[in-house]
Amino acid sequence: MGSLEQPVHSTGHHGPATGITRWLYTTNHKDIGTLYLLFSLMMFFIGGCMALTIRAELFQPGLQLVRPEFFNQMTTSHGLIMVFGAVMPAFVGLANWLIPMMIGAPDMALPRMNNWSFWILPFAFTMMLSTLLMEGGGPNFGWTFYAPLSTTYAPPSVTFFIFAVHMMGISSIMGAINVIATILNMRTPGMKLMDMPLFVWTWLITAFLLIAVMPVLAGVVTMMLMDIHFGTSFFDAAGGGDPVLFQHVFWFFGHPEVYIMILPAFGVVSEIIPTFARKRLFGYTSMVYATASIAILSFIVWAHHMFAVGMPLAGELFFMYSTMLIAVPTGVKVFNWVATMYRGSMTFETPMLFALAFVVLFTIGGFSGLMLAIAPADFQYHDTYFVVAHFHYVLVPGSVFSIMAAAYYWLPKWTGHMYNESMGKLHFWLSFIGVNVTFFPMHFLGLAGMPRRIPDYALQFADFNMVATFGAFLFGFSQLLFVYNIISCIRSGKKATDNVWEGSHGLEWTLSSPPPYHSFTEPPVFKHPYKDNG
Amino acid sequence: MIRRIGRVLFLAGLFYAPLVAAQWQVNLVEGATEISRSVYNLHMIIFYICVAIAVVVFGVMFWSIIWHRKSRGAKAAHFHESTWVEIIWTIVPVVILVSMAVPASTTLIQMYDKNSADIDIQITGYQWKWRYKYLNQDIDFFSSLATPQEQISNEQAKGDHYLLEVDKPLVIPAGKKVRFLLTSNDVIHSWWVPALAVKKDAIPGFVNESWTRVDEPGIYRGQCAELCGRDHGFMPIVVEVKSQDDYALWVAEQASLKVAEAQSAQQEMSQAQLMERGEQVYKGACAACHQQEGQGIPGVFPALAGSPLMTGDPAEHINVVLHGRSGTAMQAFGEQLNAADLASVITYERNSWGNQGDMVTVQQISELLKE
Repeated sequence: MGSLEQPVHSTGHHGPATGITRWLYTTNHKDIGTLYLLFSLMMFFIGGCMALTIRAELFQPGLQLVRPEFFNQMTTSHGLIMVFGAVMPAFVGLANWLIPMMIGAPDMALPRMNNWSFWILPFAFTMMLSTLLMEGGGPNFGWTFYAPLSTTYAPPSVTFFIFAVHMMGISSIMGAINVIATILNMRTPGMKLMDMPLFVWTWLITAFLLIAVMPVLAGVVTMMLMDIHFGTSFFDAAGGGDPVLFQHVFWFFGHPEVYIMILPAFGVVSEIIPTFARKRLFGYTSMVYATASIAILSFIVWAHHMFAVGMPLAGELFFMYSTMLIAVPTGVKVFNWVATMYRGSMTFETPMLFALAFVVLFTIGGFSGLMLAIAPADFQYHDTYFVVAHFHYVLVPGSVFSIMAAAYYWLPKWTGHMYNESMGKLHFWLSFIGVNVTFFPMHFLGLAGMPRRIPDYALQFADFNMVATFGAFLFGFSQLLFVYNIISCIRSGKKATDNVWEGSHGLEWTLSSPPPYHSFTEPPVFKHPYKDNG
Repeated sequence: MIRRIGRVLFLAGLFYAPLVAAQWQVNLVEGATEISRSVYNLHMIIFYICVAIAVVVFGVMFWSIIWHRKSRGAKAAHFHESTWVEIIWTIVPVVILVSMAVPASTTLIQMYDKNSADIDIQITGYQWKWRYKYLNQDIDFFSSLATPQEQISNEQAKGDHYLLEVDKPLVIPAGKKVRFLLTSNDVIHSWWVPALAVKKDAIPGFVNESWTRVDEPGIYRGQCAELCGRDHGFMPIVVEVKSQDDYALWVAEQASLKVAEAQSAQQEMSQAQLMERGEQVYKGACAACHQQEGQGIPGVFPALAGSPLMTGDPAEHINVVLHGRSGTAMQAFGEQLNAADLASVITYERNSWGNQGDMVTVQQISELLKE
C-alpha cells in the first residue's frame, strides 16, 4: 500500500489547540498527564476535607459535629476517593508525562483512548460524590464494602456507587493497556527492557496488575448489583450464598490493588535517590526482579485481610507464610536504596527529602505490615487503629510522598521553571511532622484496643485521638503550600536548565525544559547513561 | 528553695505518672488467658526484631546522610552491584522470617484447639447488640449498650466505662474452657475482647468457633470490630468472669428470673403504664434506627411518626414488630423482647409523635407469642 512512505504533513511547529477544546479533545500525553495530575490534586483535597471531618469528630469523645450515619459516609468516601481518585490517577498522570519522555517516544501508543480514559474519571467521581446528597446518603459501608452491609442493608444510592466503580475500572484498564502498549512498542531503538528506567519498569508491572485485577473488582460489584436488583444470592446465606465469598473476591482484587498504589512509588524513589546521591542505583537487576516478585506474590496473599473470618488452620498458615514472604523482596528494595546512598555524594533538595522520608516511613509501614502478617497476633490488631496506622504509613508517607517527590523532581522539566526551594522544604517538614503526629499515635490507639471506623470512643483513647487530630490539621493545611508552590512554578520562577539536577540521568533530561509538545519527534540515539563510562 | 520546688515537682510527677500511664496506653494488653499471654509475647518478639532491623537499616542510612553528603566534600563511589551482598540480604531475612514463623504457628495451632469445651455459648450479632445463648441451659439474653444517650451527646458527664458498658454482661466461670459459637442475624459483626485475645467474625448464615479459658475472675471489656452499620461504635461487649461457685449461683438466679418474667407477661397494664414502659423500650430497641422522635432517616430507616402502619390495623403493626421485615434491617423483636415490652412499645409507637392509634394489650401479644 505504501502508506508508510506517504509524507507526513508536518509544519515543524505543531502546538496545542487553544481554549477549553485543548483539554477536552487532547490526545497529547503531556496534556492528559497534566489533567490526571490536577484531577488527582483536586480529589486529594476533597478526600482530605473528609479526613479532617473524621478527625474533627474524633477530637474528643462524644458526638459533636456529625451523626454516626454521616461519619460512616465520610470514612467510606474518604477511602474510595483517596484510593481511586487521588493516588491511582496521580500515578497514571506521572506515567503519561514521563513514560514517553523516558523511553524516547513522541507520545503514548494509543492517544485517543488516553483521552477517553481520563475523561471518564470526572464523570465517575461526580456521580460518586453526588450520592452524598441523595436520600439515605452515600456509601456508608467502608471502602471495602463488605456484603451484606453493602447489599441488603445498603442505602439506595449504592447502585450509583457500583456504576461509578465500573467507570473507574474501565478508565484504569484502558490506562494500563496504553502503558503496556507504549512501553513494549515505542522504546527508542537500542533500549532493551533491562535498560529502561525503573519508573518505567515498575509501571509496566503495575499495568499488568491493573489488567489482572480490575475485572475482578468489576465482577464483585456486578455480583452486588445482581444481588440487590436481580434476585441472585451470591452473598446472601439465606439464598445459599456466602458473605465471605465477597471478601475473597474483593481482596483478590484488593491486595494487588495496594501494590498498584506502591510499585510506581518504588519507581519514583528509585529515580530520585540516585540523582541526589550522585551515584548509580545499586542492584538495578534485583530491583526489577524484586518488583516482579512482589507483584506475583500479591496474588496469593489476599486472605491475610480475613484472618478473623474463621478460615481453617491450613488456610491461616498458608496466608501467613506467603504474606511474610513479601518482606523479602521488599527488604531487598529498601537495602538497595540504602546501598545507593552509601558512599554517595548527597544533597537534600525537596524531592530528595520526600524520597528519604519515603524510605524511612514506608519501612515503618512495612514493619507494622509484617506484624499484621502474624495471624495469631493479627487477631488483636485486625480492624483496629493499628491497621489504620499501618496502611496510612504505606499510603501517605509512602505513595503520597513519592507523588510529591515526583512533582518537585520533574516540575522544572515540565514547566521550564524552578519551584521555590525554601517553600518546598517548608512544605516537606510540615508534612513530615504532620504525618507522623497524625498516624504514629494510631499504632498506640490500636494496640490499646480502639476499633477502626467508630465515630465515638471510650475515654482511655481520648489523648492520642486529640494528638492525631492536631497532626491531621497540620498536615492538611500544609498542602496549601504545595498548591501555591505548583501554581507559582507554572506561572513564574527561575528558568530551569535542561538537565535541571546535577546528577540526573535519562532521556527525559535530554529534552528542553519545558519539553516540546511532541516529546521525541524522531527516536533519539540511545546511550546507556552508565554503561559506557563503566 | 529551688531544690524544694524540684522535690515537689518530682513527687507530683510520681503521683502523676500512673495516671498518665493509664491514659496513654501504648501497648497491647497481656490479657487474662494463656493464649492472650502467648499472643502478647509473640507481638513483643516480632516488635523487637523489627526494632533491631530498623536500627541497622536506618543506622546505615543516617550514617550515609551525615557523612556522605556533598557539603562535606564526599565524592560518590562507583559501585552499583554485588551479587554476594544481594544474596546475603535475601537469605538473612528469610532466616529471620522462619524464626518468627515457628512461634507464630505454635500459638495459632494452640488457638485452633477447639475440642472438649466445658460450656458452649452461642453468640449472635444483631444490629447493634449481642445475643448470648447458653447451649444446653435455659439461658438466652440480649446485651446492649448501657451508656445513656445524654452522655454520648455531651449533655451529661461521661462515666468511667463510657461506651464500654452493657445492660447484661456475658457471664462465664473462671478456669473452664468456654467455647463460643458465633453467628449473625443481619450483617457481619466481629466479637472482640482484647484481654481474651478472641476476635472472630459473626457471619450471617455461618457459624464460627472460638474459645477461651480465663484464669481469674474479673470484668473484661471489648467492642464489635467489624463495621456493621450506623451504631457499630456503640455495641460493646462485657464479659464478667465469676468464680465457679458464683457462676453456679448466677445460673440458678437466671432460672428464677425467668419465672418472674413469665409472670410479668400475664399482668394487666393500663395505657399510661404501657406508654411509660414503652418509651424506655423504644429508646433501647428502636431509636437507633427510627430515631428519638420517630422521624427515621429518609431513604434508610422509615419514619414512624405519621406512618399509616401506626394508625391502621394493629395486627399488621404487631406482625412487623414481632417478625421483622425480611431483606431489611427490621429485626424480629418477638424473640428479643417479652410480651409486656412488646405491648408497651407498640402502644407507645401508636400514640406518640402525633400518631393516634389503638392500645395493644399484653394478653394480645402473649397469645401471639404462644403460637
